[in-house]
Amino acid sequence: MNWRPSAAIEELRARAGLLARIRAFFASRDVLEVETPLLCSRGVTDPAIEPLCVDRGNSLGAPRFLQTSPEYAMKRLLAAGSGPIYQLARAFRDGEAGSRHNPEFSLLEWYRPGLDHHQLMTEVAELVTHCLGPQSVEYHTYRDLFRAELGLDPLTATVNQLQDRARESLDVGSLSGDRDMWLDLLMSHLVEPALADRGLCFVYDYPASQAALARVEEKEGQFVAQRFELYVRGMEIANGYCELTDASEQRRRFVADNRRRSDCGQAQRPLDEWLLSALESGMPACSGVALGVDRLLMLATGKTDIRQVLAFDWARC
Amino acid sequence: MANYSTNEFRSGLKVMLDGEPCSILDNEFVKPGKGQAFNRVKLRNLNTGRVWERTFKSGESLEGADVMDRTMEYLYTDGEFWYFMEPDTFEQYQADAKAVGDAHLWLKEQERCEVTLYNDSPLSVAPPNFVELEITETDPGLKGDTAQGGSKPATLSTGAVVKVPLFLSEGEVIRVDTRTGEYQGRASKS
Repeated sequence: MNWRPSAAIEELRARAGLLARIRAFFASRDVLEVETPLLCSRGVTDPAIEPLCVDRGNSLGAPRFLQTSPEYAMKRLLAAGSGPIYQLARAFRDGEAGSRHNPEFSLLEWYRPGLDHHQLMTEVAELVTHCLGPQSVEYHTYRDLFRAELGLDPLTATVNQLQDRARESLDVGSLSGDRDMWLDLLMSHLVEPALADRGLCFVYDYPASQAALARVEEKEGQFVAQRFELYVRGMEIANGYCELTDASEQRRRFVADNRRRSDCGQAQRPLDEWLLSALESGMPACSGVALGVDRLLMLATGKTDIRQVLAFDWARC
Repeated sequence: MANYSTNEFRSGLKVMLDGEPCSILDNEFVKPGKGQAFNRVKLRNLNTGRVWERTFKSGESLEGADVMDRTMEYLYTDGEFWYFMEPDTFEQYQADAKAVGDAHLWLKEQERCEVTLYNDSPLSVAPPNFVELEITETDPGLKGDTAQGGSKPATLSTGAVVKVPLFLSEGEVIRVDTRTGEYQGRASKS
């Protein structure tokens, strides 16, 4: 049994330094640090994210979920008039382990009332360069990036065209799935690697079907989500939205998520009525983003495996 | 055989893929923050040696392959088959040229080697990393030329041809790294 840490002490020092820089960045901009509960009675509805569940204990009336992100709780703070807030939180996602994933990880999440997602992208770039030093910064729409890297239009291509393009470059066996699965496959297997030699690369205007909790708008005759992702040297490190504030639209998305979950044989999630009530009472127009702190630390230290920046990875605790 | 899910895929696990026995070399978890999780898996087809990279949806599973690595003693060849014996049970196995592949260049009688069995018959043979073999044919040795570089081909008792230093001569026994086919030195006298 190996009791030793998975990270070198040097990386732990780098982590402490990174956390201090992040806090200094937000302190200088009057963004309030908050903490919200890790163990919540409402889990995320997103079909692509599975929470870990805690089901034993005298304090538990019903099983609770370890948070997959502090999003719902932070939005309730925004609705309560917190103003701009950030959180450095532990988040948990079941089944996610690999060189860039650990089931328990550190997430930096922040919300900016009054900013749209373009203004927030600028602030994300400022934070990342504050932590990593000067970097080149590029902005691409999802559509333009697919056109440039794969020669197809992700918003209008048929499922068969997406599948053919994937099979042209990859061995995927009998893989089958919907349009979004093929888009995710192309993005993660073919587009992402093409960004490896670039600095900061923001991708925005995601297909409306991948909006999650972002607003949707019509642009050039196509519906796109006001959502962005940040890739740094080809590694995805942040995901942000111009946040949905409409309670009834939010409820529709929760219900649609649950429908997709039941289609795939996944457990239904009870809706977070606290969040829905908060949205009904009025959440200020805002943008928010979640950034993977462990991955940012990988970039800062030049490590290629997340285990090298965690004191104890999943297998050691 | 048991089924294995993508999260159980580890290097060395033997699975069936498209009807072929494969050994997993690498398993990379790929997932966009929002979106479908995949496993990008590198496998070696144990029949052909070809390396495959196949993408699966996370959570999919493959049937395990009835493949086992055994240490066996090489007995002899009759030209068509190579015969191996399990040292504990004395059970004998015959391997054809396809299973033996290039390993025949390094097989020495009574030497231990790794035989991979698939459905109980030899699928591949791996010689020890180092073998000691006698030089059966080479140009005459140049006495006193131990310091200088330069090499010459030498044929060994198994038929393998390796490059050896000029000072070696027929009848000498040398140590060879079977992974690279490189001369390592004179065999230690025993």
